Amino acid sequence: MPNDTELNEFRAQVRKWLAENAPEKPAFKLPDSFMEVGTPEQFAYLQSWQRKVYDAGYLGMAWPAEYGGGGKPQIYQDIVTQEMAAARVPFMVNIIGLSWAGPVILKLGTEAQKRRYIAKILSGEEIWCQGFSEPGNGSDLANAQTTAVRDGDEFVLNGTKIWTSLGTEAKHMILLARTDPKADSKYKGLTFFLAPVDIPGVEKRPIRKMTGEYGFNETRFENARIPADCVLGEEGQGWAVAMSTLAFERGAESGQAGGLSMVFLRVDELVEMAKVFTRDGRPALEDPLVRDQLVRFAIEERAILLNLARLRVPGLNQERPFGLMLMTKLVVSEFRRRLCRYAVSLQGEDAKLYTGDPDAFHDGDWQRHYMNAFSATIGGGTSQIQLNILGERVLGLAKG
Amino acid sequence: MAETFTFTDEHALLVQSATGLIGKQVSFERVRQWMSTESGYDAALWREVAALGWLGVALPEAHGGAGLGATGLVSLAEAMGRSLLAGPWLATTLAEQLILAAGSAEQQAELLPALASGERIATVAVSEPGGDGSWSRLAARADRDGEGYRLSGTKAYVLDGQNAALLLVVCQCDAKPAVFAVERGKLPQTALRAERLIDETRRSARVCLDGVRVEKSARLGTDASAALARLETLGALLVAAEMAGGNAGVMELTLEYLKTRVQFGKLIGGYQALKHPMAWIMVALEHTRSLVYRAATLLDAGDAEATTAIRMAKAQAGESFTHAADRAIQFHGAIGFTHECHAQLFFRRAQWDEYAFGDAALHRRRLGETLFHRAPG
Repeated sequence: MPNDTELNEFRAQVRKWLAENAPEKPAFKLPDSFMEVGTPEQFAYLQSWQRKVYDAGYLGMAWPAEYGGGGKPQIYQDIVTQEMAAARVPFMVNIIGLSWAGPVILKLGTEAQKRRYIAKILSGEEIWCQGFSEPGNGSDLANAQTTAVRDGDEFVLNGTKIWTSLGTEAKHMILLARTDPKADSKYKGLTFFLAPVDIPGVEKRPIRKMTGEYGFNETRFENARIPADCVLGEEGQGWAVAMSTLAFERGAESGQAGGLSMVFLRVDELVEMAKVFTRDGRPALEDPLVRDQLVRFAIEERAILLNLARLRVPGLNQERPFGLMLMTKLVVSEFRRRLCRYAVSLQGEDAKLYTGDPDAFHDGDWQRHYMNAFSATIGGGTSQIQLNILGERVLGLAKG
Repeated sequence: MAETFTFTDEHALLVQSATGLIGKQVSFERVRQWMSTESGYDAALWREVAALGWLGVALPEAHGGAGLGATGLVSLAEAMGRSLLAGPWLATTLAEQLILAAGSAEQQAELLPALASGERIATVAVSEPGGDGSWSRLAARADRDGEGYRLSGTKAYVLDGQNAALLLVVCQCDAKPAVFAVERGKLPQTALRAERLIDETRRSARVCLDGVRVEKSARLGTDASAALARLETLGALLVAAEMAGGNAGVMELTLEYLKTRVQFGKLIGGYQALKHPMAWIMVALEHTRSLVYRAATLLDAGDAEATTAIRMAKAQAGESFTHAADRAIQFHGAIGFTHECHAQLFFRRAQWDEYAFGDAALHRRRLGETLFHRAPG
């Protein structure tokens, strides 16, 4: 392990690099997260930023060097992620590749798959999307009806995936499809694919969100043919593979490749707002009710950051080793939703204005953040599903 | 700033030894047995606790301690809170730390070894009747009287006051707080009244200081403001750590019930009306633990942020433990409302803990002053 002096020097070096290389604020509005990338100019800007970070050696620092990573201890990447959050630089657009596809390929992929995909995930050259949900199967993921039928050296895909973030830009999709419809349980007969989606037979339809933005798609497969070596893991073992990606998404292994997935909102920003907006003619920050609520948020924010650090200290997670890991997504997304809602309420009657109005506070960002916050409390397994997972897998309660 | 935790293998060993001893010796049945005694603790177990070095965990090695700091203390406090083990550990530990902070080298050498060895029990007497949880308006006084001092006023919630041989009493002297080491034997018989507490596992006393005279040498240091502030934050941290343990203990108790109780032909833990709140209780508990561990780390490092971190930990512990205990009663149904059900032990413990060393609202008020850079008022 590197010593504190080395790490402090590294931190200073990262800070300096970010100060000198952070991209100029663009003339257009940047999306809140990878889930709201809705225009070609937003995408190009974010893709070039990821490339720059990767070229500087600050992405995939802990991934194996032979596949394009840095081969260093995880702590280096964690420092970069912390500094990126502090410097408020844009997020990494290929986050599905960095957080889901890449880790699962490194864990379960063949040598050829690792060489084929990893470096281009890090550089952002090849964007990834996720094909789990279907129009009829959201929370009930294992009931996926999209089929993949073997035909010689290929599989033929038919069905519809939905809520595909980055679906328009993606070259590949991590895809859960049914290869054995006759299996005796819905959990069997599923296979996990690393499927190309820029091929004939794949139709992408953008879906407009409640905010008015775009950024996710419905993706239809009609006799789309993909090579058989796109299978990740074993045929028929797709459910187990999909479940192992949850660990990357939600836990100790999350964020290994580095990079932020969304604009990190801080309680400090609400404190500043409470100085600007008033209650009965006085700054809202002098209102005891406002103060108490902001302190509650500050405590929770601190706890969340500490939990993330504690995840990496096994000795402090002995009792329920997966508890912290499996609660992260729930806790972070619900905190963000409540924080945004409160930020809107601080604005008084100006809370009625929305993005585009010249008088809206910060161009209505908080109003939009609040709505977009639901993408994380619903996407990737709703909060209610997360609570079932915690109750059943972590606390050992009976299935409902 | 990077978030780190300075828990070492020694701390892990300490937690293991605590868990081992407690697993062997402490059960709900025994807790109830001790609860029904006057002293509230088991003398044989106390000797064992002392022999394991738990009374010297955070004392310098020169005074017979292990030098493991606040991180050592929170490890033990969490383990004890988990199984509702009370006894004079908390009182004695706080007294030791106050002597370390306020006393001269001679006073430390004179007083500490007998405390570290478990030979003598000590406590701190700071709070007063009708207090609002903050120590900023203490009324008890010490007036010069020849070569010594004459004390007056009343102290309340003196933890294990009836068990202690030594009381560290905080009084206003020349408009500043001062600490006096008062031998229990020097107090009049009627000076001390055992309080009846909501937490039946704990003991505390009300102490009338009127007419008590102490020698000059009984005063620890001169201005005890800093020592008192440290005692207040350390007390909040240790109670928060105990609360983390109690929170975990009551969660386990409730989970056990939800995994065995059948209604409508199903284990009730399968119902989301019970399952989801339990998941949130676990979340709040883990928040508490992270805040407690980090606060201890900062306190040991002498970091200026330590007080803020401790206030956050105590405020969070207050919300999370009292809620978990409240839901434990409800989720046990009618049996949860009985004295026989162990849920009430945690519930009553949580109530005591919440109001010791500042409740959640008080700490949030103070945090507001610190975080928003504005004086109270």
